[in-house]
Amino acid sequence: MPPIRPLHLAAEIGGPPLYDPGHYTALARLAEGGALDFVTLGDSFARPGPDALAVLSRVAPATRRIGLVPTVTTTHTEPFHVSSAVATLDWVSRGRAGWQVDVSTTGAEARLFGRRPAAPAAELWREAGEVADAGARLWDSWEDDAEIRDTATGRFVDRAKLHYVDFEGATFSVRGPAIVPRPPQGRPVVVVDGTAEPARQTAARHADVVLVRATTPERTASIRSDVRRRAEAHGRDPDTLRVLAALTVDLGDAESAPEPGLAPMSGPPLAAHGTYYRGGPVDLAELISRWHRAGAVDGFHLTPITPERDLERIVNGTVALLQHRSLFRTFHPGGTLREHLGLARPACRYTEGAVLQGDLA
Amino acid sequence: MTTAPKPTTAPKQMHLAAHFPGVNSTTVWADPRSDSQIDFSSFEHLARTAERGLFDFFFLAEGLRLREHNGLIHDLDVVGRPESLTVLSALAAVTDRLGLAATVNATFNEPFELARRLATLDHLSAGRAGWNVVTSSDAFTGENFRRGGYLDRARRYTRAAEFVATARELWDSWTPDGTPRRFVHHGEHFRVEGEFTVPRPPQGHPVVIQAGDSPEGREFAASAADVIFTRHGTLEAGRAFCADVKGRLAKYGREPDALKIMPGVGFVLGDTDAEAREKASLIRLQQVSPQNAMLALEQVWGRDLSSYDPDGPLPESDPVPDSELAQGRVRHGDPLAVAARWRALSREKGLSVRQTVIEATARQSFVGSARTVAAELAEFVAAGAADGFVLVPHLTPGGLDDFVDEVVPLLQERGVFRSAYHGSTLRSHLGLAEPVWKG
Repeated sequence: MPPIRPLHLAAEIGGPPLYDPGHYTALARLAEGGALDFVTLGDSFARPGPDALAVLSRVAPATRRIGLVPTVTTTHTEPFHVSSAVATLDWVSRGRAGWQVDVSTTGAEARLFGRRPAAPAAELWREAGEVADAGARLWDSWEDDAEIRDTATGRFVDRAKLHYVDFEGATFSVRGPAIVPRPPQGRPVVVVDGTAEPARQTAARHADVVLVRATTPERTASIRSDVRRRAEAHGRDPDTLRVLAALTVDLGDAESAPEPGLAPMSGPPLAAHGTYYRGGPVDLAELISRWHRAGAVDGFHLTPITPERDLERIVNGTVALLQHRSLFRTFHPGGTLREHLGLARPACRYTEGAVLQGDLA
Repeated sequence: MTTAPKPTTAPKQMHLAAHFPGVNSTTVWADPRSDSQIDFSSFEHLARTAERGLFDFFFLAEGLRLREHNGLIHDLDVVGRPESLTVLSALAAVTDRLGLAATVNATFNEPFELARRLATLDHLSAGRAGWNVVTSSDAFTGENFRRGGYLDRARRYTRAAEFVATARELWDSWTPDGTPRRFVHHGEHFRVEGEFTVPRPPQGHPVVIQAGDSPEGREFAASAADVIFTRHGTLEAGRAFCADVKGRLAKYGREPDALKIMPGVGFVLGDTDAEAREKASLIRLQQVSPQNAMLALEQVWGRDLSSYDPDGPLPESDPVPDSELAQGRVRHGDPLAVAARWRALSREKGLSVRQTVIEATARQSFVGSARTVAAELAEFVAAGAADGFVLVPHLTPGGLDDFVDEVVPLLQERGVFRSAYHGSTLRSHLGLAEPVWKG
């Protein structure tokens, strides 16, 4: 039996599209009060809703500790702009940024841009992997101490510590270096939903946090092992991955017992947008501790079906109970998202003598 | 309080904006008071100062590739900055009234995504977003982007014009009561259709700012912009510029007041005019170090001049035209003409290379006691040489402190600048009407 690792918890704060920043700030603060690792805000060009990265930038100064992870898609966007925006979210949040990578598969999305036709998911996820790779190289393209302000020579930066990335992908190339200096976390945390095959390879290769949608702890554990194996094959230490089970959570009827067949003991069914859990906050805490104790997951990413109602029940019910049982921390011990997740700050790949991981070099 | 007689008509009101002193040689980074140009606290400090001074907006420039000189990354000036729209979204949380304007290139973006990001910023800030439209014809910058990016001069303006028009179609595609409607845009540069995903912005359309001074730029501004961010040297040049640009508005069915002209200007304050002048020349020496002077010389001459002395005379030989020695930098005019002008200046006043660069590259600056600076700013506006100013401080992030503390009260006393925000949107600060919905 492997040792029990610290439990990680995250929550999605999207829902029906709203444009009032106060709504998102209130939800992020609520999650922060529960000492959750991070909140996510889903995004896509296909449905109404504000730009998620901008919303979480707006939330950043109004929060202090919680990680902020917007979805930013890679199909119709510019890799250079995406990497700059995510790095900037890390700067404005002082080291709390993540990036959930996603693709745009539909013809409707393609027609909003008129630049390229829709493409199969496998092709788009390969490209997404290249965008993540180019992004990470751009984040590394300024060494941490590139800014020298040397009045003796008049040099503001040491150009030997700025690097061209010269990235050549199948659909794009980027010369570099970045315009944004290396972000506080070195590299913001990359999140990928690795449930489906086309995305799993990209997740294993580039993600720090992998989301998995599966109905049983056994199935989740098997996907987790697969992702870890693939990461190792790419020369990565699998212990630098955090695999979180994704649950859509409906705590609307908190007083009643879970419906027959949906009881946490037998595992929830897989819904179209994630694994569906319906029941009370206490039963959810039971499910979380059972899956975690079994070593199936490193934690959970919870999508409250009605954020205002369910996130409050998650934090004040489920999380409070987990904390009471000493299964989850009661405060953020560090300041950055990487620290919450127990992930080291990566060394810059261009720094002489840096220890590099496998093919990330 | 003053006992000045009440003017018979209210004096023309001045608009003020603050440029964040980020990347360039304007910033005196060697000054001990100069702090980070990246940390959010710097942006917060300057934005809060601008809001305390009741400024119309806060203005961020953009960089899309690090500049190079002689094949190497340029290392003398402040370089490195966060991405503008993301910083402004965060600033929306720590300000209430200040307009938030980002420079975003229309060459290396697509209308749907950028219109959505700008509409989002307008919602997140309750109607305070501005967009400074710039274009690029620069294959050097294009190497960071999918399109690779070369567009000739004429095409980049037609693309920019169509880009702005398309963005406005998208912003108008929701009805004012919040119903999305399908849009179709089939133009020369863009073919986009579908449904926009953000409701009409609180301002109707975010404020559109245009930077630049070329004939194409002036025409584009007259047809499509709400504000021009420009630079011109003297009061006379300013009046000529304003007359020219405002004269172009009528053919687009626009009133002269629908476009605000705001030059970017420096300022140096002292207890006395003499002290301020002394300070200003020290600042110029810091901005134009011997190394920076040689660099500026090489940028005009287009070749390596490292054997020359910054304290010696200018080269006798002519510049190399179309040189790529300096990459990623905005070029100001034909190098042969610039060199001739510099030589004449140097000969006439007996200036060294460094002294010539200091004189030739100065932007309009207001130098003096707070009282002198307030008077000169007011005179510019009264004379029709500008509608207001984008102030470019030389220190990050405290460079606006003394202006807000000392000059703004004097402008208020003169009755040429507001004493309180009257509205809550950037359009209302600028006195611009909300655009009519073209459903």
